[in-house]
Amino acid sequence: MTTPLLQVQDLEVTFATRRGAVAALRGASFALDPGEVLGLVGESGSGKSVTALAAMGLLDKAGRVTRGSIHFDGRDITRAGAGVLRPMRGAAFSMIFQNPRAALNPIRSVGAQVADALRAHRDLSARAARDQALALLEQVRIRNAGQRLEAFPHELSGGMCQRVMIAMAIACAPRLIIADEPTTGLDVTTQKAVMDLLAGLTRERGMAMLLITHDLGLAAQYCDRVAVMEQGRVVEEAPPAALFGAPGHAYTRRLVAACPTPSSTIASLSPDGELPAEPVARAPLPAGTPLLLEVRDLVKTYPGGVAAVDKVSFTMKPGESLGLVGESGSGKSTISRLVTRLIDATGGEVIFDGHSVSDIPARDFHAAPQRSQIQIVFQDAGESLNPRFSAFDSIADPLRRLRGLRDGSELTKRVKDCAVSVGLPLPLLDRFPHQLSGGQRARVGIARAVSVDPKLLVLDEPTAALDVSVQAVVLQLLERLRREKGLAYLFVSHDLNVVRMLCDRMIVLRNGQVVEEGDSQRIFRAPQADYTAELIAAIPHFEPLAA
Amino acid sequence: MRKLQAIGRRIGGRLLSSVPAILGVVILTFLLMRVLPGDPAVFFASGPSAGQQEIEDLRKQMGLDQPVPVQLVRYLQDIATGNLGRSMTTGQPVLTDMQQRLPASLELTFSALFLALACALPLGILAALRPGSAVDHVVRFLCTLGVCMPTFVSGLLLIYAFYYLLGWAPDPTGRIDIFASAPPEITGFLLFDFAVTGDLEGFRAAFSQLILPACTMALFVLAPLARMTRASMLAVLGSDFIRTARSIGLAPWRVILVYALRNALLPVLTIAGIVFSTMLGANVLVEKVFSWPGVASYALDALLASDYAPVQGFVLLMATIFVLVNLLVDILYGLADPRIAAE
Repeated sequence: MTTPLLQVQDLEVTFATRRGAVAALRGASFALDPGEVLGLVGESGSGKSVTALAAMGLLDKAGRVTRGSIHFDGRDITRAGAGVLRPMRGAAFSMIFQNPRAALNPIRSVGAQVADALRAHRDLSARAARDQALALLEQVRIRNAGQRLEAFPHELSGGMCQRVMIAMAIACAPRLIIADEPTTGLDVTTQKAVMDLLAGLTRERGMAMLLITHDLGLAAQYCDRVAVMEQGRVVEEAPPAALFGAPGHAYTRRLVAACPTPSSTIASLSPDGELPAEPVARAPLPAGTPLLLEVRDLVKTYPGGVAAVDKVSFTMKPGESLGLVGESGSGKSTISRLVTRLIDATGGEVIFDGHSVSDIPARDFHAAPQRSQIQIVFQDAGESLNPRFSAFDSIADPLRRLRGLRDGSELTKRVKDCAVSVGLPLPLLDRFPHQLSGGQRARVGIARAVSVDPKLLVLDEPTAALDVSVQAVVLQLLERLRREKGLAYLFVSHDLNVVRMLCDRMIVLRNGQVVEEGDSQRIFRAPQADYTAELIAAIPHFEPLAA
Repeated sequence: MRKLQAIGRRIGGRLLSSVPAILGVVILTFLLMRVLPGDPAVFFASGPSAGQQEIEDLRKQMGLDQPVPVQLVRYLQDIATGNLGRSMTTGQPVLTDMQQRLPASLELTFSALFLALACALPLGILAALRPGSAVDHVVRFLCTLGVCMPTFVSGLLLIYAFYYLLGWAPDPTGRIDIFASAPPEITGFLLFDFAVTGDLEGFRAAFSQLILPACTMALFVLAPLARMTRASMLAVLGSDFIRTARSIGLAPWRVILVYALRNALLPVLTIAGIVFSTMLGANVLVEKVFSWPGVASYALDALLASDYAPVQGFVLLMATIFVLVNLLVDILYGLADPRIAAE
C-alpha cells in the first residue's frame, strides 16, 4: 500500500472567539492517494474549508490545531512553521478559492500575478516568467491570452478569473490541488467548463485534488471518492455511486434527499416537511379571469447602450407561479426589478391587475396603491435586511409605511401572525440579522414581503445563498404560503431544478431575450431550444437510485 | 494613448469644475474682510495724529470710498489680470511677497510631509501586522501624543531640548543663518538651490535650520497618516487575495509590500492630500515659533493689520493649492488603481 499523499487524522481545530473557544473541527480524518480526486461535501459550518486551510497552514490567527495530525507525503506538517510551509505552498500543494474575483489582487495585472506564482519557487527572469505565464494562461484556455496578460481582474468575467486562479495554482506543478468551492457563484455552463478544465488538468498531470463543495451533484460527477462532513467530523466516506445510491449515515440521507434532482419534488426534499400531506388541488380559474400581470415588450437599456432586457413579454394569471431562468447577464434580475417597479423601464408596458404601472415613475411608486400588491424577496437575505432593524422591525416596516399602522397591539399581532405563518419562532423577533442563521434570515425576508398581503410576490433567487437542507425547507415554506394565500410567484433563479419544482410555467432567458417559454415539466423533459438543452445538460447531477 | 487622453480630459474637467468653488472662496473672503471691524485707512495713515483729510485721501487712494459691489468688481478684474494688489505693510505687490515666501512654506511643508510619511507608513504597517501587540500600543501612544500637543508646544519643547539643552540645532530664527550667504535664487527652495550649486556647507546649514520645524509639523500629522495606514493595512491583510498570495508561497515581505501595501496605500493617498493642504494653512504657528518667513505668518500679520490684499491673496493661493493637490491625488489614484481609471 502506498503512502497517502495527504492524510488527516483526528484533526481538531479550535477558534478563539469572544465567547470562548469554538471547535470548528472535532476529529476529522480522511486520506487522499496520489492522483486521486476526493470530494469533501457538507453544509456551511461543517468544517470543509477549515480543513483545507489547516492543511495549507493558512488558518486565521484565531484558529489553532488542538489535536490530531496532518501528513503530506508522509511528512508531518501539522504544526509546521512558515519556514517549512512556505516553500511547499504552490510547489507541493496549492489552493483554488471560492469567489475568484476577490481572490485575485485587484490592482495587479493577471499576468503579473501568474508570474508571481512562478517566481515564488523558481529562479526566473521577468521575461521568462512572463512567457511561462502566457503558456499557463493558454493551458487554462483563456482566449487571446497575450492580451489578457495585461488585464486586471475587474476586466475579466468570474469564470475567466477562476481560470487565472487555476493557472496560478498549477504554475509550479504541485502534486495536490485543494479546490474550495471553485465554481460557487458561477453559471452552470461556466461551472461545467471550469470543472472540466480542472478535472482534465489534474488527470493529465497526475495531480491529486481535494474538491470541497456543497453541491453533491458536482462531487458525484468529478470525484473518485466522496467524504461527507458534518459538524467537524467525516461521517461517511465512499465512492459517489455507493454513497449517493445507498447513503449509510442519517445525515447523508438527509443531504441527498434535500438535493434537487430531476426527479425530486418539493415534498421529497425534506422528510419532516411543512407541506400538507395531500396537495390541495387548486380549483381551475373560471374562464375570463383577468390577468394579474401582463408585460408587453419590456425594454431596459443601461447607460452604455447595452440592452439588459430586450422586448420581453409574458403574462401571469392570479395565483400562478412563473419561473424566470437564465445565466448571469440574461436580464432576469432586471426584469424582476422592473416588474417590482424599483427601476424604470426604457420601453414597454407593465400592466398589473388591469392598470398600467409602468407609467408611474419608480421614484414615486412607493406611494402608489399597487405598492403593497407587488412585493419582492431578495437574494441573500443577510444583505438585504437592515442590519440595525430587529426581525420585528423588518417585518413591521412595510406595515407601518404601507398600511399606516402605528405601534400597538394591532401591529404586534400582525407581525406575530406573519412570523408564525413563515415558521419563524417568536422569540427570534427581537434579534438582529447578524444573530440569525441563513434560513431564519430568509424567513424574515419572506415575512417582510408577505406582511402586507401582496397579490404578486417576486422572488429573486431567494435560496441561492442557502445550504441545500435550508433551501429545501424554504422551498417548502414558499409552496405552502402559495397554497394558503393564493399568491402569484414570479420566481427568478438560475437553478432549473428548483424552478421546475416550484413553478407551473417557466421562461428561459438569454441576453435579455426569451429563448423558450412553456410548461416547466415539459421544458425540462423535452427542451425545444438548444440553449435550454445546454443549460439542463450542464447541471451536475447524480442518480440516487442508479447504483 | 487612450489612457493619456482620458487622464487629460479628466484633468480639464476637474479644473473647470473647481472654478466656481475658487470664485466663491474669493468672494466670501472679500466680503468677510469688509465686514471685519477696523479701518485700514486709519491703520495705515502716517500716525495717530494723521488728520481727517489724510485718512480720506488714503481711503480714496485704496478705493475704499467706493460701494462694496464696485470694489468687488474691481478686485475681480484685478485678479483676472494677475494683479493681487499691494501690501500696505511691506509696500510690495502681494504677488512678489508670495513668490518670495511661498517656497519657504512649501519647503517646510514638503519636508514635514515626507518625514511624516517616512515614519507613519512603517509604524502603521508594524501596528497592522501585530494588532493588539506592544508595537501597536506604542504607535497608538505616539500618535495620540502628536495630536494632543499643540504645534507651538511641541515646537518649543524641541527647541528647548535640541537648541537650549543639547545645542545640536542652530538658533531657531528663519531659514538660514543670518551670517551665511544665501544661494542664488533659482527655485527659492533653499535645499534644492544649495544642492544644485554644489554648496554642501550651505545645504547642511539650511537643512539644520529646517529639521526642527519640519519635525514639529510632522509630529502633528503623524497620527492621521499612521492610523489610516494601520486601518487600511488591516482591512487589506484580511482580504481574500492576500490569502491567495500566501497560498502560492510568496515570500512574506512580497505579500506585505507588493500585495498588501500597494492596495492599502490608496486611502492613505487621499489622507495625505488632505493633510498637505491642512499643513500649508495650519503651519502658521510653526512659522511663528521658528521665525520662518512663510506665507502663513505673512497672512497672519496682514490680517492683524487689516491689510486686505495679502489676506485675500493668501486665501486665493490656498484655495488654488487645495484644488491642485486634490487633482494630483485624483490622478495618482487613477494611476494606482486600474478600477478607477476605467471609469
